Amino acid sequence: MNDDAAIAANGHVSFLDYQGKYKGIRAWILSTDHKRIGIMYLFALITFFAIGVTFGFLIRLELLTPGKTIVEPQVYNEFFTLHGVIMIFLFVIPGIPAVFGNFFLPIMIGAKDVAFPRLNLLSWYLYVTGGILIIVSIIMPGGPADTGWTFYIPYSVRTTTNVIATGTAAFLLGFSSILTGLNFITTIHRLRAPGMAWFKMPLFAWSLYATAWIQVLATPIIGITLLLIIVERVFGVGLFDPALGGDPILYQHLFWIYSHPAVYIMIVPAMGVISEIIPVFARRTIFGYKFIAFSSLGIALFGSLVWGHHMFAVGMSDAGQFVFSFLTFMVAIPSAIKVFNWTATLYKGSISLDPPMLYALAFIFLFSIGGFTGLIQGALSVDIHLTDTSFIVGHFHYVMFGGTGMGVFAALHYWLPKMFGRMYNMKRAKVAFWIIFVGFNTLYFPMFVMGWLGMPRRYYDYLPEYTVYHQIATVGSWILIIGMGIMFTNLIRGILKGNVVTEKNIWGGETLEWATDTPPIHENFEEIPLVTGTPYEYKQNDIEELPEEVIH
Amino acid sequence: MISQDNTAVHAHRDDIGSRMGMWLFLFTELLLFGGLFFLYSVYRFLHQADFHVAAKELDIIIGTFNTAILLTSSLTMAMSITAMSRDNKKLSISLQVVTILLGISFLINKYFEWMTHINHGIYPGSNDYLSMDSGRRLFFALYYVMTGLHALHVIVGTVLIGIMTRFTVKNVITHDSYVKLEAAGLYWHLVDIIWIFLFPLFYLIT
Amino acid sequence: MDKHHSNIEHAHGYSIYVFVWMALLILTGVTVTVAGINLGALTIAAALLIASIKSYLVLTIFMHLRLEMKAFRVFVSVAILFIIISFFLLFSDYSFLGAR
Repeated sequence: MNDDAAIAANGHVSFLDYQGKYKGIRAWILSTDHKRIGIMYLFALITFFAIGVTFGFLIRLELLTPGKTIVEPQVYNEFFTLHGVIMIFLFVIPGIPAVFGNFFLPIMIGAKDVAFPRLNLLSWYLYVTGGILIIVSIIMPGGPADTGWTFYIPYSVRTTTNVIATGTAAFLLGFSSILTGLNFITTIHRLRAPGMAWFKMPLFAWSLYATAWIQVLATPIIGITLLLIIVERVFGVGLFDPALGGDPILYQHLFWIYSHPAVYIMIVPAMGVISEIIPVFARRTIFGYKFIAFSSLGIALFGSLVWGHHMFAVGMSDAGQFVFSFLTFMVAIPSAIKVFNWTATLYKGSISLDPPMLYALAFIFLFSIGGFTGLIQGALSVDIHLTDTSFIVGHFHYVMFGGTGMGVFAALHYWLPKMFGRMYNMKRAKVAFWIIFVGFNTLYFPMFVMGWLGMPRRYYDYLPEYTVYHQIATVGSWILIIGMGIMFTNLIRGILKGNVVTEKNIWGGETLEWATDTPPIHENFEEIPLVTGTPYEYKQNDIEELPEEVIH
Repeated sequence: MISQDNTAVHAHRDDIGSRMGMWLFLFTELLLFGGLFFLYSVYRFLHQADFHVAAKELDIIIGTFNTAILLTSSLTMAMSITAMSRDNKKLSISLQVVTILLGISFLINKYFEWMTHINHGIYPGSNDYLSMDSGRRLFFALYYVMTGLHALHVIVGTVLIGIMTRFTVKNVITHDSYVKLEAAGLYWHLVDIIWIFLFPLFYLIT
Repeated sequence: MDKHHSNIEHAHGYSIYVFVWMALLILTGVTVTVAGINLGALTIAAALLIASIKSYLVLTIFMHLRLEMKAFRVFVSVAILFIIISFFLLFSDYSFLGAR
């Protein structure tokens, strides 16, 4: 281990070596240090992501040929449900806030920790419990839920699979998300360093603030909705069951009142990451700081008002459809503001295409495709044709994976060296990026085409004319998985055996995390910093050049 | 006095921050019930006449009595905090105990109310329940779910105040550090506010 | 004392609480009485109005919202506004529904 060298270099003990009350594994699982909790989230998250990817791979494999390829229809239904539930509740929603938000939010605003450190640890336990419950539901008698991640009634009341286990898990995960959210809001309000005015905050902090409000206000609605499904299954009260006079469409309303804002819980933090990375690697002050900051709040606001666009085909009133379609177009405005500001920042910048920047650029490209295809479906008449086809599957994978997923990968490459004080292999990271990029588009782009031609989503079987698109997509999934395999191996190898980094500021960022040691010391700062400037003032010559041997 | 903002960074504790966290948590509670209020409003809109008729089966007197109990418990809770801030530990403890007792008596009333309906054969899964008009059934479904969830919160609230009483006795809560008691109080008042809305919506629409 | 000043006098006097409590009981009486009179569509409006006044009293006095920083009041408004807007959007569907 070269850690001793790292300590000797600056005389400080990093949070990784800090000796608290506990030793060994308990120094981690009982730690209330936001950085350790962030790292515990990271490893839990990667584990669940791997499981989610496995189910995605199996779905694609089943769809390689019409009819049965590897499993029976019932198992296929369980596959796409598990894929959806795991990816959404265990990867995309918690992803950036829980890992990077936890680790970097307090550092970026110059605080020692979050406002409620013990609550933060509780969130992690709820997260892990929820995750394990979902995994356990696979082997419970009756099998995992087969309803799709949306748990639509009446099927979710009738099916004999373990909807209750999955619903409880999602409830716990929601609770974990709420606690993280309220923790972040309080942290941002109360613990900013002296001089850190609202408009001197890094944009990542702004995006987490907007996200946290959605988490606090929207998540309880799905909490109660999932509880009602459980109540419905156990007692048969009939609140949604049409056989007892309930309105199943009302279930969909309640479900999407949360689940649409949840889409913004997923994407807004990723936008925050991109807003950090773009100015650093373009060496330019971010264009339109206030617009980006406010557009996060704008997305949070408008994003809460558009849930009805998931229900255009279920028989809503015309007035309702019109209102929701209009608002859906409105929500594109703040998203577009961000994209335009990022591109304006790139203009005339001196761009270095390091791995974080590659992923950030991929984010902009793929998210734009995802966003535009979203608008297509926001139009009422077109949506009637496209609803529940693989077009929508392509759309939300471009947004969620091309957006948030790339955001996570960008953040990993940007911040991991800071977190662990070790560097991954740059060349391999770039190779992995290109494989991922090619695989991603090969996998998801055919979905737009076959969706447009009428291939329904979630179907087990299909007509022979769709075979070619399905086969291209399945091959794409293999390329994508190979790329991610290389990427994660490279990153994990980097964490364990990579070259030691002791430079505080490896990329030349201006935010506070680059002013602390690498890796950060316990409680982050020797002395709480006094903030004077804005976070993105770029001057020449303020990059500490990395020694050649660290990069390779 | 120094300005309140940002002094928290150096202090060992931050009461404003703690209360802020509690308020944010209360919003999640509020929206948890909010989802149920949405359900109520839609079903009432779709089945107005049935709701009016079904509401006649509830006992306004017990409902009003229970409202008074909860409002009074809110009073004693608020006063116990004032007592604590004035270093009157004994008074604060007795007011907390009164709050708990009022909470329990609310639950006892609720229990008898529910039992009356159940004895009449109105409960999910019973033959009467399955054969009644859907409007009436939805009314009772909402009644059970909403007052049930509320009762659950009353139980949690009384336990919480019980813990605070123990803290007060053990001097964990003192006259210059009582933010925990305030947080419990906030929770209790929120439970009260939800009842303030539940009461007219279920009992007073005949 | 200035270190923990945020707690000093962070509570109202007993008498204010008793007044509020009496007001709440009176309003409960009013809402029960009004419910007995047939006002048609106004019944529900009256009930909700009185409930809102009662909640306002509990929020501002019992829950000390009046003594808190301005941010707290903004928070509460945001939460309530979120519920109200969602309610209207929900009814943009149900109000214009024929028969589903």
